[in-house]
Amino acid sequence: MSTSFYVGALELTAGAVLVCAVMTLWRRQVRTIVTMLRFQGVALAAVAGVLAWHEHDLGLAITAALVLAVKGALVPLLLRRVIRLDPRSRETAPLINVPASLVSAAFLIVVSYVVSSKLTALAPSAATRLVPIGVATVLVGYFMLVTRRRSVSQIVGLLLVDNGIALVTFLLTAGVPLIVELGATLDVLLVVVVLQVLVVNAGAQHGSFDLDEMRELHD
Amino acid sequence: MLSLLALVIPLLMGVIALVVPWRRWIGWGSALSSAGVLGIGIALSITTSSHAPVSALHGTLRADALSSFMVVVIGTVSLLATLQTPRVMRREIAEGITTARRASYYVVLMQAFITCMLTAVLAANLGVLWVAVEATTIATTFLVSHSRTKKAIEASWKYVMLCSVGIALAFLGTVLVYFAALHSGVATPGTVSLNWTSLMAIAPHLNHGVMRLAITLLVLGYGTKVGLAPTHSWLADAHSQAPAPVSALMSGVLLTVAFYALLRFKAIADAALGVDFPRALFIVVGLLSLLVAAILLIAQRDYKRMLAYSSVEHMGLLALGAAAGSSLAIAAVLLHMLGHGLTKSTLFISSGEIAHAEGTTEIAKVKALLARRPVLGGIFGCGLIALLGFPPFSLFISEFTMARAEVNVGLWWVVALSLVFLSVIFVSITNHARHMLLGGDSSVAVPLNAQSVVVPLVAALATSSFMGVSAWPLLTLLRAAAHVVAR
Repeated sequence: MSTSFYVGALELTAGAVLVCAVMTLWRRQVRTIVTMLRFQGVALAAVAGVLAWHEHDLGLAITAALVLAVKGALVPLLLRRVIRLDPRSRETAPLINVPASLVSAAFLIVVSYVVSSKLTALAPSAATRLVPIGVATVLVGYFMLVTRRRSVSQIVGLLLVDNGIALVTFLLTAGVPLIVELGATLDVLLVVVVLQVLVVNAGAQHGSFDLDEMRELHD
Repeated sequence: MLSLLALVIPLLMGVIALVVPWRRWIGWGSALSSAGVLGIGIALSITTSSHAPVSALHGTLRADALSSFMVVVIGTVSLLATLQTPRVMRREIAEGITTARRASYYVVLMQAFITCMLTAVLAANLGVLWVAVEATTIATTFLVSHSRTKKAIEASWKYVMLCSVGIALAFLGTVLVYFAALHSGVATPGTVSLNWTSLMAIAPHLNHGVMRLAITLLVLGYGTKVGLAPTHSWLADAHSQAPAPVSALMSGVLLTVAFYALLRFKAIADAALGVDFPRALFIVVGLLSLLVAAILLIAQRDYKRMLAYSSVEHMGLLALGAAAGSSLAIAAVLLHMLGHGLTKSTLFISSGEIAHAEGTTEIAKVKALLARRPVLGGIFGCGLIALLGFPPFSLFISEFTMARAEVNVGLWWVVALSLVFLSVIFVSITNHARHMLLGGDSSVAVPLNAQSVVVPLVAALATSSFMGVSAWPLLTLLRAAAHVVAR
């Protein structure tokens, strides 16, 4: 792979991860948001794939396949089930409206360039220069978590945070050791399963699952 | 080999509970497995406190004195918690709260939970440590929502969300440590790993800017799981909704296992950055936790939530002890972990009995316990006395030693501030306890007929007071364990 092709491919795939994150803030239909999340999973796997090819790293290639299977296929599948079970989830209920969310996202992207400068400075390379994109994805995920009130939106926020961290990991260190990567990806999958089961249980026992009604426990 | 066995025993017990239909002996089996873990912990401690660390599975598992001590803590508290399983499950099945199938799942999840905690403290690789700590969240969610009430589901949703999001930060921090290690300039690229020993070897050469960011993320991330402010809010919800033995296990050891991760990373950060920066971080989260606990305890209405906020307080004290960082301080921190584990699990288990007997967890609705239920009230009262840091219980000596160690390194102002918060907490808890325990007429006393509650809890309190008077069986181990991470 020529250097310019490698840099171009890396920029394109990493950029796609962030674009998908911003799209999740823009769209209101939860089905569309889950599709965006699937595209993001595929883009993330592509980043790992490009890096694996460039570094001739078998472990990273296995990671790429794993990410594709879990984040590109399994997790979106589970989320579609949650939407089916929790009909109120079909539309997002943002606490902050869409244009304001997008402006905030732009601000978060600027912030992430500022905080990532130290990381890039330690080992400047084509990959580490893209780290701000990963950090921005993490921040957009947090933003989604605090401003969206439906079960699926919250899970999507959590997954955006996780995808962003995975992107930073790939770009900074070409992936952590395989055993850690396997464990981390499996943990994410299990967390989504657990959350899905909670929605199912709540639906079966109490008829609905409503985060707005989750105000019984407080001080 | 021993460390591998420590993981295999609870795992095997979990598999048995999964495939064999529920019988009462399965409950006793889970207690036996915890006793086995405790035995292995003691054996490991004897080996590692005087000899070199032991490895298993080609170096994947590694037990030094610190890990061995943590295995002892996990074994002790899980023994206390699992001894309650047969009785609690029989009662719940009889009352129709749960089914035999779910009683089996309860044992399976408890064993999975214990296995995850053991993996966390025995992993040689700090990435695997992260995976194991995250896995404890997954294992405990359904334990928290065991009763399936609306409140329990709300508590577990908040628990998974906050802990997963929080601990994701710890993963980012771990990755940054790895990144700093890759570019330390002293290690050859192929040999860099997230192994504790190799990281400690190159720690002084790690990049400062990256390590500052990393340790901040790690303190915030693992701090969520420890229950340190500002991300402590899941703790009271989860602890008040989970079955009492689960709360005992979560508060007694899960928090300290996450704190163990912080101790390891702090040692690396100390070597890389010098003590000042990590110390400042730990002081901030420690004092903030004490403040939050003090404020929320004053007008607390629920005694299970009161115990949960007291955990926030004790985790804050651990953070301050770790901030001092000398071997004296770390030894006291470790003793405090064990003492808190014993006391808090005693309190949670007895509070579960009180809640079952009285039908409420509201402080205002429980009165004159000592007169009406002398045994249960007595245990609860003694537990609170131990928790407040009275001698002869071990929390007194560990709190005192931590304060002394903090003064020794010039942190007298931290001690002074924490004393202010502690006195507020002291007055609040005493006030609540007075309301719950005293008064009434002893002629209406109800005898408590449950040896499996009384015997282990009294034994736990006795152990705690014994350690407070003489810590000799632990001294060598504590010294060796503190040496691993102390500055």
